Amino acid sequence: MNPRFYPLAATIAIFVAAYAVCYAQFPYMLSTRVAGNLLTDNAYLGIVAVGMTVVILSGGIDLSVGSVIAFSGVFVAVMLRDSGLHPLAVFALLLLITTAFGAAMGAIIHVLAMPAFIVTLAGMFLARGAAYMLTIDSVPIAHPFYDLMQDAYWLMPGKGRLTLIGVLMLLSVLGGALVAHRTRFGASVFALGGGEQTARLMGVRVGRTTVGIYAFSGFMAGLSGLVFSVYTGSGYPLATVGTELTAIAAVVIGGTLLTGGAGYVLGTLFGVLTMGLIQTYIVFDGSLSSWWTKIVIGLLLLLFILLQKGLLRLTSARLSGAGTGAGSAARAG
Amino acid sequence: MLLTIRGLSKGFPGTKALDGVDFDLAAGEVHALLGENGAGKSTLIKCLTGAYRRDGGEITLDGQPISPGSTSEAQDLGIGTVYQEVNLLPNLTVAQNLTFGREPRRFGMVDGRAQRAEARRMLEGYGLDIDVGRDLGTYSVAVRQIVAIARAVALSGKVLILDEPTASLDAAETAMLFDVVRGLRDRGLGIVFVSHFLDQVFDLTDRLTVLRNGRKVATEVTAELDRLRLIEHMLGHELEAAERAEHALTDPQATTRPELLRFAGFGRPGHVAPFDLTVHEGEVIGLAGLLGSGRTETAELMFGAHAAQSGTARDARGDVPLATPREAIAAGFGFAPEDRKTDGIVADLSVRENIALALQARRGWARPIPRAEQARLAEEYIRRLDIRTSDADKAVGDLSGGNQQKVVLARWLAMNPRFLILDEPTRGIDVGAHAEILRLIHEITEGGMAILVISSELDELIAVAGRVIVLRDRAHVAQLIGAEITTDRIVQAIAASHGTDAPEGEAA
Amino acid sequence: MMPRTLSRILPQALTLLAVVALVSAVFPGFLDVDLVNGRLVGPAVDVVKRGAPVALLAVGMTLVIATRGIDLSVGTVMAITGAVAAWTIGAGWGWGGAVALALAAGLAAGLWNGCLVAVIGIQPIVATLILMTAGRGIAQLITEGRILTFNDAAFAWFGSGSLLGVPVPAVLWLLTAILVAQLMRRTALGLLVEAVGINRRASALAGVNARVLLIAVYMASGLCAALAGIVATADIRGADANNAGLWLELDAILAVVIGGNSLMGGRFSVAASVLGALIIQTIDTGILLAGFPSEYNLVIKAALVLVILVLQSPNLGAHWHFLRSQMRRRAEPAPAASPQGPGAQPRTTPAEEARR
Repeated sequence: MNPRFYPLAATIAIFVAAYAVCYAQFPYMLSTRVAGNLLTDNAYLGIVAVGMTVVILSGGIDLSVGSVIAFSGVFVAVMLRDSGLHPLAVFALLLLITTAFGAAMGAIIHVLAMPAFIVTLAGMFLARGAAYMLTIDSVPIAHPFYDLMQDAYWLMPGKGRLTLIGVLMLLSVLGGALVAHRTRFGASVFALGGGEQTARLMGVRVGRTTVGIYAFSGFMAGLSGLVFSVYTGSGYPLATVGTELTAIAAVVIGGTLLTGGAGYVLGTLFGVLTMGLIQTYIVFDGSLSSWWTKIVIGLLLLLFILLQKGLLRLTSARLSGAGTGAGSAARAG
Repeated sequence: MLLTIRGLSKGFPGTKALDGVDFDLAAGEVHALLGENGAGKSTLIKCLTGAYRRDGGEITLDGQPISPGSTSEAQDLGIGTVYQEVNLLPNLTVAQNLTFGREPRRFGMVDGRAQRAEARRMLEGYGLDIDVGRDLGTYSVAVRQIVAIARAVALSGKVLILDEPTASLDAAETAMLFDVVRGLRDRGLGIVFVSHFLDQVFDLTDRLTVLRNGRKVATEVTAELDRLRLIEHMLGHELEAAERAEHALTDPQATTRPELLRFAGFGRPGHVAPFDLTVHEGEVIGLAGLLGSGRTETAELMFGAHAAQSGTARDARGDVPLATPREAIAAGFGFAPEDRKTDGIVADLSVRENIALALQARRGWARPIPRAEQARLAEEYIRRLDIRTSDADKAVGDLSGGNQQKVVLARWLAMNPRFLILDEPTRGIDVGAHAEILRLIHEITEGGMAILVISSELDELIAVAGRVIVLRDRAHVAQLIGAEITTDRIVQAIAASHGTDAPEGEAA
Repeated sequence: MMPRTLSRILPQALTLLAVVALVSAVFPGFLDVDLVNGRLVGPAVDVVKRGAPVALLAVGMTLVIATRGIDLSVGTVMAITGAVAAWTIGAGWGWGGAVALALAAGLAAGLWNGCLVAVIGIQPIVATLILMTAGRGIAQLITEGRILTFNDAAFAWFGSGSLLGVPVPAVLWLLTAILVAQLMRRTALGLLVEAVGINRRASALAGVNARVLLIAVYMASGLCAALAGIVATADIRGADANNAGLWLELDAILAVVIGGNSLMGGRFSVAASVLGALIIQTIDTGILLAGFPSEYNLVIKAALVLVILVLQSPNLGAHWHFLRSQMRRRAEPAPAASPQGPGAQPRTTPAEEARR
């Protein structure tokens, strides 16, 4: 197998192994009902994690997405309540806003050469604050179109429901995978993650790409917010606090290198599903407490980071085998 | 001529990196560009590839004056460059690297199959049989270099600049690379080959140009030149007359002084072969050799920057552990590294703090050097070494290169070490400061401190060292003592191919 | 030495004064202080008391950031130490045992982070993310998912008591800040921390024990987080593993950045960071007092951060310089300006690393 697939394979293997453990204890978990719920319950997380994957592949980070999801839900709820626009029009408007918001953060990061961490931290406050300013209450969404979307599902064999939002998540993963792995923009993202200096030498337009990356993440966060509003049927400014970190964890467990430059969007899907699976298992078990989710996810994080560190060390050991290659490279760079 | 450079000049604050350099490159020729570190090779290349803007001079390509403003502009003009390491992205596949920016697309998506086919087509004729779908990083440096060359040739196609392409290749890999380069030459490309491996220069190139201190020293037909003359060109031969007089300064009796340290079988694979070296009190030992010969590696090993894997170091009291810099410092060693910016100074700290840093680290955090004491220390060395700074609290990063070097020197002198290692202490320093540092070296050995000086400037070694160790191919190959130390002898020892006619010393 | 310290914290002090003046203008009674039952009370006293957790975290975070690191786990460590303290009291070991064990837990957390960063060599942001994620689960494991309440007046004193009329949390952060600042400046620690943050390689070659120093700095951060956890737990007389210290790490980082400390490491000022924490708390409280709905809080905070960050941006100077040189060049024959502007040539590597 091509070694570039090793981390992805590890992710999928862990998911399959985890599922096997679950199945051994609770045979019912291998049913389309559980699978369908896994997709539905984690739809918003999966979508936002796709955007996060692209950001992380470029060597950046986007802390604003959790707040953007909350803002999106509130924005849609308030607009539907107060404006009388059709939901689709509101959706378009929202995606425009969140994409522009991401693009603006990307522009600040590039033009002012500021750390993505701190810029998107400010973005996190801003988006959450904007949500508060719209409303501080949970605003229920009552619109026939929403009922339609919530009830849209395909009944799989075994009575499992493949819901609209679950499908939307799978489509997002597909779309994200195409963008990341099958476009010139995606190639530039990987190039940036591999090293900005070299990327520049190879002709990557760093500024344009950076803006594009955060715009994409903003778009995905907006879409995730829409899905979340369909899922919960309301908009609440306090929702999805900390989702950005869950998404980052999913991306890392999905086999993407947190330092950028290597990973797969598909892996992120499995990262999200693995995390969802742990939760489902704990629910099934009934006696285990919910905090084990966090501990196990933390352990998985550690495992993957150590794994990547080990892989990196292996490759760099082989590469610097011929003399002081690594040292001179560092100096030349 | 394919490429003509006339009177190229480029200056940086404090130094003149290139001073009226001429250079010609014909189509179908491999032209070596030679010189020690800081001679101006990389500045010349960067002016050619648009990474730097030249201050003066003309560059013409195919008779047209050119002035590339960026790497991609140079590429479009026909000038492609392959650097030693930082060319391509190891985290992308070979195919992605080769076709980057020009990926074949279908319905707006990159067509992976066509991309791999295109990549295989680009690699045709290079004698590589590799899976282009794998990450570039999984292949050896040699393969990566060839991939980089294939990309550069496909993108530019007139002039190919190879900057130290063989620095981390073994012999077989180098041969493979050379076959590729010869093939490209026969296709009519003009190739600039930068290397410090003289064997390779003689093996591969048609002509060569030597730079020293930003000036062109000579352009010669390689086949008509012998090794000795080439090394003389590179290392300089100017103070021949003054040499004897200078020599009086060094004590010919050095080796009869009390022994300070004895390294036996000290070495580390891949860095420097095991060597024996005895250091006496108050003596100045010079390390001579070309770039990459193992000079810096020897120093790093002695100072514990890399731990030695074989051998021992002993002094009068017994074994001296030297696995880390802290141990070396505890043993009374000091080390002023070659690359001041990354390894020497702590740029944002003040002159005073930089001077006090090593002393403070040895005393431990709980026993701070009182501020008044630091200030006194700083003032003393600012005066003694004539460090040009407005005051002791100025950030050391704002000082000129020579003054930064003096600050690093002051840091170690303040420790009063018994053995001080200076790696290229005069690199990038103006002539005045140059002489001062040499004078300082003499001065400080009078108190019994032993010094190891690494330098590319033979004149400098001749002027200060009582003993010179010559390195070649990461091994100590010769030792010259006292009156034996002449430019000719050093050059001969460097030039001798693999242990034949070298004047063998005890360190062989 | 004194004037240097003063001029370093002057911008933060002025900002704080401006914010206080602004709040006083809208809410005239802001600076009123009364003595009730031997305690000082008033809105400003409240700010000083409520700002304690962030101020404490900011002290440790300053040191971590000075070494070019970041500690995302401090909020979670607050939850862990709070849970440990509450559990210890529940087990009947008294307030002394609670404080001791909580501090030990904070140190252990810091040791873990420090080892991941300094020994294994994981980027700080990733290394501390692990504990940030898993730690809250550990805290919940200790409290078994409930809010562990206790009734120990001696321990509650750390949260709601007063010393000579001053709220104990305020005394605690003030003492910690002074202690740490003095420790850094009276010993050589400050210099060594800065040296490692600016150039770890050169510092190690000069004999600085960078590895031990890094671990120590993360342990200091863990210790500060433990103090903050004690204060937060004592204040509500209970350990809430879910909410204790939630997102306070971000406030702490913000306080450090507002304090003018660069995320790229190097020169630091504990005093300025603490002032940054006070600025944040004054804004928080001020917005409430001024009668604004609290929902404006975050937007104002975000705007403030952006302004401060833009002023600190390393590129701002370069852009300004570039504009000026362009103006000057106008007279000359138009040069082929490179499209990337000033960044086309040797680009500042800090900017690149900063993206990580």
